[in-house]
Amino acid sequence: MLRFSILVEHWDLYMQGFGHTIKASVLALIGSLALGTIIAIFRIAPIRPLNWIGTAYVEFIRNIPLVLIVFVFFMGLPAVGIRFDSFTAGTLGLMVYTAAFIAEAIRSGIQAVPKGQMEAARSSGLTYLQAMRYVILPQAVKIVIPPLGNQFINLVKNSSVLGVIAGLDLMYYGDLISSKTFVTFDVYIFVALFYLVLTIPLSLGVGYLERRLLKAR
Amino acid sequence: MDFAGAYAPAHLKFLLQGFLVTLEVAFISIVLSFIFGIVIGVIRYTKIPVLSQLLAVLVETIRNLPLLLIIFFTYFALPEVGLKLDKLYAAISALVIFESAMLSEIVRSGLQSIDKGQIEAARSSGLTYGQTLWYIILPQALRRMVPPIVSQFISLLKDTSLAIVISLPELMNHAQIINGRNVNFVIPIFILVAFMYFIVNYSLSLVSRRLEYRQR
Repeated sequence: MLRFSILVEHWDLYMQGFGHTIKASVLALIGSLALGTIIAIFRIAPIRPLNWIGTAYVEFIRNIPLVLIVFVFFMGLPAVGIRFDSFTAGTLGLMVYTAAFIAEAIRSGIQAVPKGQMEAARSSGLTYLQAMRYVILPQAVKIVIPPLGNQFINLVKNSSVLGVIAGLDLMYYGDLISSKTFVTFDVYIFVALFYLVLTIPLSLGVGYLERRLLKAR
Repeated sequence: MDFAGAYAPAHLKFLLQGFLVTLEVAFISIVLSFIFGIVIGVIRYTKIPVLSQLLAVLVETIRNLPLLLIIFFTYFALPEVGLKLDKLYAAISALVIFESAMLSEIVRSGLQSIDKGQIEAARSSGLTYGQTLWYIILPQALRRMVPPIVSQFISLLKDTSLAIVISLPELMNHAQIINGRNVNFVIPIFILVAFMYFIVNYSLSLVSRRLEYRQR
């Protein structure tokens, strides 16, 4: 039987971790949406060198582990004099990693809009940017939302790597509580429940959006 | 930064040893997860009562948890209830638990993507349900599953680095041991390690893209 007294006695610590997990996820989401959009624009803009930069970013980042990226911010940059606290380093790592996946989601969403739309918009006198802004993007947004939702779920789960660098998140506090109480099993079950409180509603929401979008087509 | 010192032959050999453990763990895990993934996916597809609902809850729970937590759990928490695993087995079990759940979803959606007419045709030509599944549905679905399974394998290979929390002697762990010797090694080592992961994963992603292209 689970010892709920552990949860009650250490509620404040759990809440601290929970708060930081949410904070890291939300900050990294905002950052990676911005960075991911820029990379996606790089990848589809009709300018070759930008395409290369965008592709290189996505392919490189997607194929290396998140832990490595977080370590680069936590140990690599400090080695050349740029220092962050562990929470910031972890959040920046999450942002850089997730941006690659978000860029791909946005790019494929934009490219899913039929080519004729762009051609029609251009031939009715809109510039490339106007066509993007008023014709392509509004249609792409609908396609992009469910995969972005999935990326956010991954982000929440991935934020647990902050625990590896003592980044004050749920995993870190789980570790702290288990070393205070000498209990691991129950402590981590509660940590798991806190994650599920975040991820299950998100998954259900994304599933609902996906089904609605499928019907709308 | 000390590139020459960081790339000393002894360090390169040490990193390579770590990488072999990474590849070994990833390979064993993907094979086992593939088997479990197919079994769970088929059970959920055929909607065997009770079992199928039970697995649905289990799969959804696991998929919504961080893998890092599962690794902590198999290594630190299970001994508390009497199941003590060494680092290698703890890492492999955690990866298999997590990836089986992921792969079962790929299998299930692969099976569901096969036209229902195929089942009807097979059944009306006298095959049993089991035969239909084995000879008609699974072979077609498996072909469609190959690209997402390769992507999942790439994730798995990257995720082995999480086993650093239980100091499994894989690539990241060995990199960190070298980094601990001299702060000037950190950036050269990270660059090299990134390329090691990148080369293997990028090659895999090219294979997956090629397979996807050929199916069209």
